[in-house]
Amino acid sequence: MHARLETDDAQSIIEVNDLKVQFEGQTVLRDIGLSVPRGQTLAVIGESGCGKTVLLKSLIGLIRPSKGEVLFDGRDINKLKEREMTRQRIRFGFVFQNAALFDSMTIGQNISFPLKQHTDKPLSEIRDIVFQHLKEVGLPESIVWKKPAELSGGMRKRVGLARALVLKPDVVLYDEPTTGLDPIMSDVINELILRTRSKYPVTSIVVTHDMRTAQKVADRLVMMYPAVRLKEDEPQILYDGRPEEVEDSRDQRVTQFVRGEAGQRIEEMGAYIGS
Amino acid sequence: MVISTMKEDDVAEGCCARGASNERELVLATGTASNPNGDQQSEPDSMLGALQAAMFNWVADWGGVAVDCVAAVGDLTLFAWRTLVWTFGKLPKRETLLPSFYQVGVMSLPVVALTGTFIGMVLAVQSYYQFRELGLETRLGAVINMSLVRELGPVLAATMLAGRVGSAMAAELGTMRVTEQIDALTSMGANPIHFLVVPRVLAMLLLIPALTVMADFMGFVGGYFYSVIIIGIDKHFYLYNSQVFVGSWDIFCGLFKSVFFGGVIALVSCHQGFYCTAGAEGVGKAATAAFVYSFVMILVIDLILNIGLDRVYMSLWPDSIQSIGGG
Repeated sequence: MHARLETDDAQSIIEVNDLKVQFEGQTVLRDIGLSVPRGQTLAVIGESGCGKTVLLKSLIGLIRPSKGEVLFDGRDINKLKEREMTRQRIRFGFVFQNAALFDSMTIGQNISFPLKQHTDKPLSEIRDIVFQHLKEVGLPESIVWKKPAELSGGMRKRVGLARALVLKPDVVLYDEPTTGLDPIMSDVINELILRTRSKYPVTSIVVTHDMRTAQKVADRLVMMYPAVRLKEDEPQILYDGRPEEVEDSRDQRVTQFVRGEAGQRIEEMGAYIGS
Repeated sequence: MVISTMKEDDVAEGCCARGASNERELVLATGTASNPNGDQQSEPDSMLGALQAAMFNWVADWGGVAVDCVAAVGDLTLFAWRTLVWTFGKLPKRETLLPSFYQVGVMSLPVVALTGTFIGMVLAVQSYYQFRELGLETRLGAVINMSLVRELGPVLAATMLAGRVGSAMAAELGTMRVTEQIDALTSMGANPIHFLVVPRVLAMLLLIPALTVMADFMGFVGGYFYSVIIIGIDKHFYLYNSQVFVGSWDIFCGLFKSVFFGGVIALVSCHQGFYCTAGAEGVGKAATAAFVYSFVMILVIDLILNIGLDRVYMSLWPDSIQSIGGG
């Protein structure tokens, strides 16, 4: 067992085994098995409500699974003591869907928050790090005094990214990084994801339903399907492979998603309307 | 079963799934399921069936309410316990404490002072005519200040704070939950209880006695103003009676109770916000529930503490009641 853990440690930084998550009796994730090698950029695609975000949150113990385990560096994250859990959590950077900036704080306070929580760096150094990270995401220094509510969606997201990177994490988790942004800003974010990866030795997991993002940033693509739409014995992960090969998948549900076709959903809709 | 589901949720700090409501629906479903059986039989039987179904529903309803109550109390107790552990484990930084203290203390001062002033004056208006009938209008000072210091000051200051601060706490934490800010805190290795709940609870616990003193004082000023300046009761007797009847024990009782009120308001409100359900509706519900539950708890705690404090008083000074009766 111990030897196995060590080999896991060398190959994959995150390993998910037989994960099951239920909310109020409803199964959102089931039998999820996933292994993410160090340095990989994995895109998880799938329609809304298929459990992508839940999977992402389970990886850092924000959601506890009903069954199964999440191994980070070979250790089950849900079995760690509070202090150890905190230590492992700050090795992750989480970019939330709507940035989740603390709206009672200024942008500067938001970005410096993890530093103040976990390091004893002097204020001048913290200020330099904040300015450097703002520059990296292409924002001017003058916004440090602004509150999150005064920024546009794209700017907030970039601040969220800066905040996630400030502690130099090993893994960056992106929850729908381009949702709700215009095409140009989406591409800026894609570019930032790529740049982050070339600059730091990070493993990235990008949850998205934007195919453009998935194709552009990922080395590997995983497609999930809502558990309620599946038969008992069908796996929830429909596709796991290279992004450029996804179009050739033989599963109709995968190709429909990739091409953005409604398929039989139109008929389902008709059944609801009664036409 | 309910308790175990609840514990899991509590530890997970993630979603706010509650076991209790499901349980209730299940019970209700079994209750109504017996209905069709009754209808298919002959008339007296169907009457009996309907009656039986009604009985089942009634039991199921109250059972559901009871299960909900137990789950809610358990949930809150666990939440309070975790807050307590964090409070004594590690004090939050000054910069996280100060905004809460400012919000609770400084910002509530005007509204609490205003409440106090009006209670004082209203008490004077209400009791003056009755006491004048008995020729005891100089005793007004005693009545007004005694009721103020022991009961109305602490309770109404707490009520005001539940409305002003409690709902705001629930709405703030609820919004933070809904917009994933609480998840963001956790993901950055900051415990949300330590960072969000402890400062608020501490601010309430430490500042509510000060605010109660303010309410008491302004009530005294209001009562004095109406009784002495407007009605024209003799100033000397008004003050003398106030001084003789209101002792330090009475002031202590009021302040002692206020600490509990403060703790309960902060805990209930933070708990409501912390486990807020999604959307604007969830936040609204949390804010309303925070006030309603806080207020109910204030009343219940007030009763229990009054009984307890009276017992303590009797055991400390067994002769005191007779001496007042005699004097």
